[in-house]
Amino acid sequence: MDVLLFTFFALVAIVGAVSLVVQKHPISSALSLVSVMVALSVLFLLLGAEFIAAAQLVVYSGAIMVLFVFVIMLLNAGAERESRKAGLAQFLGLPLTAALLVFASYVITQSMSNAKAVKFGAFTGGGPREVGWTLFTQYLLPFEVTSILILVAIAGAVVLARKEID
Amino acid sequence: MDFILLSILKTAIAAPVLLGTLAYLVWIERKVLAHVQLRIGPSRVGPHGLLQPIADAIKLLTKEDFIPSYVNKFYYWLAPWLALMFAVTAISVIPVGPVVEVFGIKTNMGQADISIGLLLILGLTGMGVYGIALAGWSSNNKYSLLGGLRSSAQMIAYELPMAMAIASPLLIVNTLNLREIVNAQAGYTFGIVPNWNVLGGGLQIFSFIIYLICAFAETNRIPFDLPEAENELVSGYNTEYSSMKFAAFFMAEYCNIITACSVATTLFLGGWHPIIPNELGGQFLPTLICMFFAGVLFYHALNPSRPSDRLSMGVIGAVILGLGLMFQVPVVKDLAQPLFWFASKAGFLIFFFIWVRGTVPRFRYDQLMRFAWLFLFPAALLNLLVTAFIVAVKSN
Amino acid sequence: MSQFLPPGFFTATVPLNAYLILSAILFAIGACGFLFRKNIITIYMCIELMLNAVNLSFVTFSYQFGKVDGQIYSFFVMVVAAAEAAVGLAIILTIFRNLGTLQIDEIDSLKN
Repeated sequence: MDVLLFTFFALVAIVGAVSLVVQKHPISSALSLVSVMVALSVLFLLLGAEFIAAAQLVVYSGAIMVLFVFVIMLLNAGAERESRKAGLAQFLGLPLTAALLVFASYVITQSMSNAKAVKFGAFTGGGPREVGWTLFTQYLLPFEVTSILILVAIAGAVVLARKEID
Repeated sequence: MDFILLSILKTAIAAPVLLGTLAYLVWIERKVLAHVQLRIGPSRVGPHGLLQPIADAIKLLTKEDFIPSYVNKFYYWLAPWLALMFAVTAISVIPVGPVVEVFGIKTNMGQADISIGLLLILGLTGMGVYGIALAGWSSNNKYSLLGGLRSSAQMIAYELPMAMAIASPLLIVNTLNLREIVNAQAGYTFGIVPNWNVLGGGLQIFSFIIYLICAFAETNRIPFDLPEAENELVSGYNTEYSSMKFAAFFMAEYCNIITACSVATTLFLGGWHPIIPNELGGQFLPTLICMFFAGVLFYHALNPSRPSDRLSMGVIGAVILGLGLMFQVPVVKDLAQPLFWFASKAGFLIFFFIWVRGTVPRFRYDQLMRFAWLFLFPAALLNLLVTAFIVAVKSN
Repeated sequence: MSQFLPPGFFTATVPLNAYLILSAILFAIGACGFLFRKNIITIYMCIELMLNAVNLSFVTFSYQFGKVDGQIYSFFVMVVAAAEAAVGLAIILTIFRNLGTLQIDEIDSLKN
C-alpha cells in the first residue's frame, strides 16, 4: 500500500512539475502546480505530518494558488511569447540543473545510509496537538517574528496594489 | 472485518443516500421558496411534484451536451467535475453518529475519523473554488469570467472570518477531530440546557452567526450569490454549461450547502446529541415529532383541499408514522436516533438557507467586499480575542 | 480482502531516500523552470515549487529523526511563502499596470 501510494503520488508530483515548466499558458502552469501541491500533501500524510498536510491544502492550494489564479485571470495574461533574447541560462540551464540533481542524489544516498524505511503510521508526532505544542513553546519567538513579517507583507501589498500610484 | 471492505460498504450506503438527498433538496428548496412567495411550486410530476427530481435528472441526462466552439475544451470539461469532486469528498469526514456496534462489528458512523478533520474540510472547500474559477475562465465569455473572478475573490475574503469563527469554539473543545468535538459537547448544564458550543458549552453565539454568514458566501448562496447573479451576469460562471456538466455544478453547490450545515451542526449544535436529556424523555422526542407531523398529514388527508390529497397525504403520513415508531425498535434505535438528531439539526440549517434565499436581496459587489473586510473580519477577530481571554481566565 | 492481494501489500515500505530524491527532482525542475521561463508569474510559481520541494525534505527529515521540528520549519516556509505571494503578486500587478507586459525580458528599463 505504501509503495503503491508513494509511487502514484510521486509520479503525479513529477508530471505536474514538468507540466508547470513546459506549459505555455500561466493558467495551465498554475493548475499543474496545484496538482503537485495536492500530491505532496498526500506524501506528507504518508510521512505522518498530518497538520502540515492539512496546512498545505489550506494555505498553499486553497489560498496562495487561488490568489495566483485570480491574478492571472484578472490580468487576462495570455500564453507566453517566444523570447528573442536567448540568454546564457538557455544553454547552461539544463546541464547545470541535471548536474545539481545528480549531485544531490549522490549526496543523499551516500550520507543517509542509516535512513529508516517509511511506513505509514510509524511516526505519529505530527498531529495538530504536537505541532501546536512545539510551535508555541520552543519556537515561540520565530512564530512571533513571522507574524510581524506577515503584517509588513499585508501593509506592503496594500500600498503596492493601490490604484493611484504615481 | 477488513477496514477496506467496511469503508466500501459505508460508501455504498452513503453515496445513494447523498445523491437522493441532493435530488430531493432541490425539490424542498423549490417548494419552500414557492410557499415563501405564496406560490405552489412543482406540482405536476407525481403527487405534490414528488417525482420532479427524477424528471429533472432524466432531462439533464438526456439533454445534448453542448460545447461552444470558442471554449478551452480541456478546462471546460474539467471544471464541473473538479467542483463536484471536492464538494463530495469533504462530506466524507463528517461523523453523523457515535461509535456503534452493529452485528458485532464496532464502527463509527461516518466515513473517516481523522485528527485533522476540520482542517481537511476547510482545505477541500477552499479547493472547490478552482472548479468555479476555471469554469469562468475556460468559457471564454466575459460574464463567465466576471463570475469566476468574483467567486475567487469572495472565497478568499470570506475564508478568513470563517476560519476565525471556527477557531473560537476550537479553543473550548481543544481538538480538530470532528468526533471529539461532538463528544466534548455532551451533557447538560443544570440538567436541561445542552452543552452545545452555541448554548451552555461556551455561548459561542457570535461565532455561530459569523460562521453562518461566511457559509452563505462560501456556498455562493443569496445574499452572496454574486458569482452567478443572473440579472447582471446572465448566469455567471455556468452560463455556457448545459446537461450533465451543469448538473455537476448544481450538485456541487448543494453538496457544499450540506457540508457547511453539517460542519455548523458538529461544531456549534452538538452533533448527534439530543436537545433534551434522555432522562427527561429525549429518546422519545424523535417519535413524538414524527407523530406530530403524521398527525398533521392525517388531518389534511381527512380534510383534503384537492381530491388526490386523500390518498397522498395519508400514505406519506403513514410512512412518517412508521419512521417515528422505528426510533423505538431496540436494535435500530442506537443507529437511528443519533442520525435523526444530526439530520434534523443540519436540516433546520438547510431550511434556514432556503428561507434566507426567499427573504434577503442580493448584495452589491462593493458592499460584499466592504462587509467582509471592514465588519466581518474585525468582528471575528474580536470574538476570537474575547473567547481566548475567557478560556485563559477559566483555565487559571 | 487481504487474501486477494499480493503478499506484502500492506507491509512493504518505501526507503526514505526515495522521498529525498523526489524532493531533489522537484527542486531541479523548479530551478529549470526558473531559468527557462519568461513569464513573471510562471517564474514565481517555479519558486513556489522549489519551496515545496524543500518542505518535502524538511518533513522527511522530521520522520527520520522522529521529531516534529522539521515540520515546524516547513510550517514557517509556508507562512513566508504566503507573505511572499501577497507582496509578489502586488508587485506583478503594479508592473503590469505600468508597463503592460509580463515578459521578464521586456521589463529592462528603469524609466518607462
